[in-house]
Amino acid sequence: MTTHLVVNGSAFESDAPGMRRLLDVLREDLGLTGTKEGCGEGECGACTVLLDGEPVLSCLVPVCQVQGAEVRTVEALAPASGGLNVLQQAFLETGGAQCGICTPGMLMAGEAFLASGADPTDKAIREAIAGNLCRCTGYTKIIDAIRLAAERGA
Amino acid sequence: MPVEPQSVSPASLREAYQQLAEQPHRPVAGGTDLLVQLTSELGVPPDRVINLWRLDELRGIGMRGDAVELGALTTYTDIRRSPICREHLPALVDAAATIGAAQIQNRGTLGGNAMNASPAGDTLPVLLALDAVLVLGAAGGEREIPAASFWPAYRRTAARPDELLVRVRIPLGAGREQRFRKVGTRRAQAISKVVVAAAWRGTETWQDVRIALGSVAATPVRVREAEAALEGQPRTLRSVDASVEALGAAIKPIDDVRSTAAYRREAARRVVHRLLADSLTAS
Amino acid sequence: MTIETPARPTPASTPQPTRSRTVPLRREGPAKLTGTALYTDDMVFPGAWYGATIRSTDAHATLLAIELDPAFAWDRVVVVTADDIPGTNVVMSIAADQPILVPVGGEIRHHAEPVALLAAPDRDTLREARRRVTLRTQPLPPVFDPLASDVMFAHYELGRGDVDAALAAADRVIEGTYRVGHQEQLYIENNAMIALSREDGGITVHGSLQCPYYVHRALIAGMALDDAHVQVIQAETGGGFGGKEEYPSMIALHAALLARRTGKPVRMIYDRHEDLSATTKRHPAVIRHRTGLTRDGRIVAQDIDLVLDGGAYTTLTPVVLSRATIHAGGPYDVANVRIRSRAVATNTPPNGAFRGFGAPQAEFAAEMQVNRAAHALGMSPLEIRRRNVYRPGGVTPTRQVLGADVAGLEVLERAADASDFERTLARTAADRAARPPSARTARGIGLALAWHGAGFTGSGEEKMGSVASLELTGDGRIRILTASTEMGQGTKTIFPQLVAGELEIDIDEVELAPQDTSFVPDSGPTVASRTAMVVGGLLIHAARRLKADVEGRTGRPFGLSWRDDAEDHGPTRIDETFLPYPDRHFDDETYTGDAYPSFGWAAAVAEVEVDLDTAEVAVLSVVAADDVGRVIHPVLCEGQVEGGTLQAVGYATIEEIKLLDGRYLNDRLATYIIPTSLDAPRLETILVEAPFTDAPHGAKGVGELPMDVGAPAVVAAIHDAVGAWVHDLPATPERILAALGGIEPPGPPGVSAVSPVRE
Repeated sequence: MTTHLVVNGSAFESDAPGMRRLLDVLREDLGLTGTKEGCGEGECGACTVLLDGEPVLSCLVPVCQVQGAEVRTVEALAPASGGLNVLQQAFLETGGAQCGICTPGMLMAGEAFLASGADPTDKAIREAIAGNLCRCTGYTKIIDAIRLAAERGA
Repeated sequence: MPVEPQSVSPASLREAYQQLAEQPHRPVAGGTDLLVQLTSELGVPPDRVINLWRLDELRGIGMRGDAVELGALTTYTDIRRSPICREHLPALVDAAATIGAAQIQNRGTLGGNAMNASPAGDTLPVLLALDAVLVLGAAGGEREIPAASFWPAYRRTAARPDELLVRVRIPLGAGREQRFRKVGTRRAQAISKVVVAAAWRGTETWQDVRIALGSVAATPVRVREAEAALEGQPRTLRSVDASVEALGAAIKPIDDVRSTAAYRREAARRVVHRLLADSLTAS
Repeated sequence: MTIETPARPTPASTPQPTRSRTVPLRREGPAKLTGTALYTDDMVFPGAWYGATIRSTDAHATLLAIELDPAFAWDRVVVVTADDIPGTNVVMSIAADQPILVPVGGEIRHHAEPVALLAAPDRDTLREARRRVTLRTQPLPPVFDPLASDVMFAHYELGRGDVDAALAAADRVIEGTYRVGHQEQLYIENNAMIALSREDGGITVHGSLQCPYYVHRALIAGMALDDAHVQVIQAETGGGFGGKEEYPSMIALHAALLARRTGKPVRMIYDRHEDLSATTKRHPAVIRHRTGLTRDGRIVAQDIDLVLDGGAYTTLTPVVLSRATIHAGGPYDVANVRIRSRAVATNTPPNGAFRGFGAPQAEFAAEMQVNRAAHALGMSPLEIRRRNVYRPGGVTPTRQVLGADVAGLEVLERAADASDFERTLARTAADRAARPPSARTARGIGLALAWHGAGFTGSGEEKMGSVASLELTGDGRIRILTASTEMGQGTKTIFPQLVAGELEIDIDEVELAPQDTSFVPDSGPTVASRTAMVVGGLLIHAARRLKADVEGRTGRPFGLSWRDDAEDHGPTRIDETFLPYPDRHFDDETYTGDAYPSFGWAAAVAEVEVDLDTAEVAVLSVVAADDVGRVIHPVLCEGQVEGGTLQAVGYATIEEIKLLDGRYLNDRLATYIIPTSLDAPRLETILVEAPFTDAPHGAKGVGELPMDVGAPAVVAAIHDAVGAWVHDLPATPERILAALGGIEPPGPPGVSAVSPVRE
């Protein structure tokens, strides 16, 4: 079956079997290795992408279910002209990324939070990233980054 | 990269029923259970999968007479955001909020939770406590199964292989109270150690009491002994104590990787006691 | 975050790092943030095959045969067994007891032990092939209880004074037994290796790893190759915490064997289940204390017995035991000490390095003793520590005399101050007294103090003779060459920062060569909190030499003349080899002397709220005060304290591994639980500087220090809240309810249950 979807603004036709995970379509068929597999069980959040604007675990989404959908991955965040977007820059300044493996998923969850316009309280941010495990940072500087990005009008 | 079974993606419920009537297919809704099983190689993978995601007939939350109807593909996020659910089904909203985190809630479905039939399914005690009716459909028509009969054995449902869960109907009733609490292994992305849903009517006496638990048996269960100890009794601490005593004697939880039988029994007693006792001071 | 430097003279040669927040941004940060950083599984090698490991399902057995289902088409699959190992069938570590693959006729010693390897061109074939291999085994009786094991990997005895007399004369004796279970490092990137068989007969591996030269040495021995024919290249590594210190040697050997046999690149990318089931964990321990005190709270005697469960093979266990032993008494000056320790074998997967490396286990027990003693004596937990913590000139159990850079008291006071400890303790006591029976929650506050020897124990660093190099290339580039790896802690940022600081040039002018053994020297492993302290120190010395060389030739400042010098003089390479710190002597025979060149000090104060119905613990906040000698980069340094503290909180509360028949039951991420953002406390970090004056920058290391102190602070807070001491980690709700007398306790942590035998 052919699935038509839009990935990071570009139309893509996938001939992958319907039960291929979106994660594998992104990483292997499209070569977009920014999205990571930390567990394959839907527990760690490293595979988080935005599906029609909502954060989902791409390791749990079969490609047959993204027909006509828009997918955004970490590769879509940086401006085309180069550099980093507001959230990425905030992470860089606060120290929100250490080993970096949780970072793409964390950024996508962060982007969804910022897009929601919710008040960037400590509690709200923690809830927004509760599905993204980080082992390095203790979360403090990640929360600082998301709040900083919100303050900067991301 | 896990195994990738063949799949079909019907565009309509009728088409889906037809495919199911022809050959066995394992349905996939939000994927939050099936994809885990496939990747983790838990059990024998299905030969064929039927993708339900295109079936808008399985979506929607609405009032139907004195009941709320939720399509089987209603996600936990849908439940949390729904004004109807927030007004009429706060226990279900509470349950949805304890499942996974944002990403899981965006994809996990009420129907999937019911059909996966895990003893730890977090919405299932709520469906039991609120006398939900689960509507199954097939090529030959629909039939309705009360929640109390829907989960007859460990990870089994009352559905036939050619049937799909279509919607869940939850009758409302004036003056009904509902409560929910999940005791998880941590504050998000947690499987429950004990999950409790309770409902009742009445101000002077306990009426139509339902006390349902998950993670204490092979299926989600209503604890009839605990309900009976309250039914018709005056709403006092003494009746609550009696109910909890009966609860502790009736349930037979197990030791497992998450917790111990002793803890589950004690936590269930205390949580039920707190939920019921709190309602006394409130009234 | 505050940085406090206690008033003390600082040597003129110590560079003063910038104290503002304008520190360099993480060098590889943009690549990580844009998703362009390449971790092992991101790397593409056309034509690569996929590898898998066939592992034992017995905890203890004789391997009789490896059976391949004849109905399967094996021509598309490569199978490797012990017979195919060209070199020695040993994963080179301290001892030579762990096989790369168990040979037929050999002994399986733990569940998930590797027996055979498979490679196939696609994953469907590989998946099918895995199901078609059967191991025929003869079970042997397993040993699971470390206290019942008679196979010893190592043992130590340290002591001074007369413990028995002092205990007999003490006003109070506090006894306690403490047990800690396994902890998984849970790097979010699983272990991964890709091996390529080269035309010259050599092997190149790309992998997720901490110590390129450990892997290099292991491959030389296992693949019967020489130095020049083994190349190890570290890929971007998604966390290590010690879990990728030695395990990568095993997986590299497996990938290399398959690459050799197939002639193709072979990808061995573990999934989470395999990583949880088979790789090393923190050593469980049973620690018994008898502590003698005067009635005014001075500790006069410590009698300590410590047992570590090493699992089935030696790996790094003797070194873990050594550190646990030396730290077992906690940071207290006690005249009469006896510490007896042993590490033993059980039929469980081998345990290994994890942040703290024996100290978290030992210091959990030590701090529990001190907190229980304070409670028994009716003393403040803060005051009892003031009375006993080491001061400069104090003598350790190895008879080391501590120098001026002792900061135990400072971190203690800073943490207590910032957390308003005494006042909060009084408030929680008042709340407890007034608490009605129907209360829902209870709050508590707890304090702990720890020390952590900086760098390798004893003569370890001297024996390694680590090298770090700096080169000025012919085309005028400045390059750092070390094998020290980046795994998030900030190596790739602070090394250029230190060098640029010495050379007085812009940090962007300083490059860092990739960690590829074919051109970087062996700077030692990236472990033991030594990277900033030791290797950073080497680079500062190298930079000084380079600066002197260039300025000597050009007669102008380095910053203005280095490119001219490169053009005129050609390239310069400076290799700096570690020389022992002056006046440090350690006797390996008697295990006495200067165990560490310096010590770091840490205090933590935790506040918790306990649900009185379910005994669920919410850790509300942790104030962490850590002496790191000198803060090189405040953001990165704080990051280490915050991350380490949360790992300690997880260790204390929810990270549990249960075992059945020697198999980890918590073998998926759904069942091995680490804190989410909603479980994580508010973290406040106070960095204290008591510089290590024999290092050119004064740094002592920070990575492990916070791990030593978080868990006992949390458990003390739980006691403060509910009045029950939990002696076992993790202090789960099940254990808390049991300690309150509500239910039967769960089994001891770290010890496998055994299935009932069916007749």
